[in-house]
Amino acid sequence: MKFLENLVLKQIRPNFTEGGKFERYYSAYDALETFMFTPDHTTHSGAHIRDAIDLKRTMMMVILAMVPALLFGMWNVGHFHNLSNGLPSELWPNMLYGMAQVLPIVIVSYAAGLGIEFILAVKNKHAVQEGFLVSGMLIPLCMPADIPLWMVALATIFAVLIGKEVFGGTGMNIVNIALTARAFIFFAYPTKIAGEIWVSNPGTVDGYSGATALGDLAMTVGKAKDVPEVTNIVSQFSDGGMYSMYNSAMGFIPGSIGETSAVAILIGAAFLIWTGIGSWRIMSSMFVGGLTMAMLFNLWGANAFMELPPLHQLMVGGFMFGMVFMATDPVTAAQTNTGKLIYGFLCGFLGIMIRVFNPAYPEGIMLSILFMNVMAPMIDHYVVAANVKRREKRLKLKTA
Amino acid sequence: MSEVAVEKVEIEKAPKEPLFSTKNKKLITDPLNENNPITIQVLGICSALAITVQVKQAVFMSLSVLVVLMAGNWIISALRNLIPNRIRIIVQLVVVATLVTLVDLALKAYVPDVSEKLSVFVGLIITNCIIMGRFEAFAMGNRKWPSVLDALGNGLGYAWILIAVAVVREVFGSGKFWGFQLIPDSWMMANGGFYMNNNLMILPPMALITVGVIIWIQRARNTNLIES
Repeated sequence: MKFLENLVLKQIRPNFTEGGKFERYYSAYDALETFMFTPDHTTHSGAHIRDAIDLKRTMMMVILAMVPALLFGMWNVGHFHNLSNGLPSELWPNMLYGMAQVLPIVIVSYAAGLGIEFILAVKNKHAVQEGFLVSGMLIPLCMPADIPLWMVALATIFAVLIGKEVFGGTGMNIVNIALTARAFIFFAYPTKIAGEIWVSNPGTVDGYSGATALGDLAMTVGKAKDVPEVTNIVSQFSDGGMYSMYNSAMGFIPGSIGETSAVAILIGAAFLIWTGIGSWRIMSSMFVGGLTMAMLFNLWGANAFMELPPLHQLMVGGFMFGMVFMATDPVTAAQTNTGKLIYGFLCGFLGIMIRVFNPAYPEGIMLSILFMNVMAPMIDHYVVAANVKRREKRLKLKTA
Repeated sequence: MSEVAVEKVEIEKAPKEPLFSTKNKKLITDPLNENNPITIQVLGICSALAITVQVKQAVFMSLSVLVVLMAGNWIISALRNLIPNRIRIIVQLVVVATLVTLVDLALKAYVPDVSEKLSVFVGLIITNCIIMGRFEAFAMGNRKWPSVLDALGNGLGYAWILIAVAVVREVFGSGKFWGFQLIPDSWMMANGGFYMNNNLMILPPMALITVGVIIWIQRARNTNLIES
C-alpha cells in the first residue's frame, strides 16, 4: 500500500499539478486520487463541524443500501428467464444469467455518466463531483433487463447534461437524475420499457406474458368487474396467484431490475435510516400518502384496479423503490421537516392516483416524484413563510 | 406583395442614405444572432414548439411569418403618422389579420397538404408576439425601408431557429428529412435491426429542450449575452 501511495503521490501527481505535463487533466486525476486515498484537503476558514462523512462517503452508503435490491434483481431476472424457458429456477444459474444481463447496463450507465462528468470537469477546470455515483446505480435498477444498451447510454447522457449540468452540476439539479433518465426512455422508446417486455428473453412456457402486475391491472380499467378477462387477472392477486401478496412483497414478480422485492428494498431503507442518510420523514409520509389514496380508491371501487387492497397496491410496481431511493434524494426533495412530510405524502398520493387513473402510465410513481421534485421548492417556501408569520404573531402578542 | 413594396421605397429613400448602409445591414444581421427573436427575446415560442416536427412545415411557417412581417412592417411604417395613438393596437391587428388571411388562402390554394398540417397555426400568426413586437418597437417609429429590412432580419432570425429545431426533430424523431427516409427500414428494431426512432422528439417538450440547447450554445460562444 505504501509503495502504491509513493508511486501515485510522488511520481504521478507532479505531472498533473500546476506546471506539469498534463496540467489540463488535473480534475480527472484529482477525482481518481480522492477516490483511492483519503484526501489531504483542509477547510480554509471559519468554524466547522468535524465529521468523517463527506459527499463521497454519503454516496457510497447509498450504493451499499442498494446492494440487496441489486442482488435480488439479478436473481429475479434469471428466475423469470429460466421459468419462461422451461428451465429449473436454481440459485446460481439464475444469478449468473441475471449478472450477464444486468452488469452491462450498470457498466454502460457509469461509463456514460462519468464520461460526461470527467469531460466537463476537465473543460471547466473544476473538481469532478461525486453526484453521479448514486445516479449511475439507480439508473440500471429502474430499467428492464432487456433494455438495449445504447438507450441506457443515451438516456444517461441526456439526464446528466439536461437534467443536471445545465442547472449547475451536482446539488443544483431540480429533478432526480435517475428518474429523468427513466422518463427519457419511457417517452422516447416506450415499446422497450412498457408493455409485455418484463421477462428477459422469454421462452414459450405459458403463464409468463412478460407484463408486470401493474400492466395487467391496467387492462381491467374501463371493464366490468365480472368479465372473465378481469376475474382472471384479479385471481392472480389472491393467495396462490402469480401476484399474490407474498410474491409481490418478496419480489417473485416481473418488473424493473431493482423494484420487484419490497423486502430487499426495505433492508436498504433500514440501512439508510440507521445511518441518517435517507429521510425517514419522506419515506414514512410517502407510505402513508400511498396508503391513503389506495384506501380512497377502495371506497370508490369503480373497477378492479381500485379494489386492490391498499398494502398490496403499494407492493407492486415501483412504489417501494421510488419511496426509498428516489423520493429521498436530498437535492431534489423538500428541505424543511414539515416540507418533507407534505412532499412525501403527495408523492405517494399522486403516484397511486396517476397509476390508477391513467392506464397508459402504470409507472405513476416516476411521474409523481418528478412532479413533486419541481414542487418541492414551493413547498419549502410556504413552510418557511408560515414559520415567519407564526413567530411574528408571537412577537406581537408579547409586545402588545 | 412585399416586392412591390420594396421597389417603391427604393425610389423614395435612395438619395439620402445608401440602401445597405452599416446601420441598415445591422438591422438584418442583428436578429440572426445577437438579438434573435426566439433565443434572445424569447418571442414566438409557441409556434416554434408546435410546428417543428417536420422540416417542410417549419419552412412554410417561416415563409408565412416572413411575408406577413415584411408586408405588415411596411404598411404600418407607411401609416405610422396617420394612426391615432390610442387605437394603434387595433389598427395593427387589422393589418396583421388581413395579411394572415391572404397568406392562409395562398397556402390553401397552392400547398393544400402543408396548409392542412399547419392548420390553426397559420391563423395564430396573428397572435405571434414577434409581429406585434416589431410593429410596436420598430415600424411605428421608423421609415419604410429600414422597417422592411428589420422585418427581413427578424423573419430570417425566426426562420433559422425554426428550421434548425425542425431538422433535429425530424431526423431523430422520424428518421426523415423533408419527408424522405434517411434511416433504412432494415436498421429498425421492428425489423431485427438495432435502431429506433426517438419518440420524445415528436413531443413538444423536446422542441423546448432543443431551443434551450441552441440558446446554451449561443451564449457559450458569445459571452456578452450572459446576464450578470
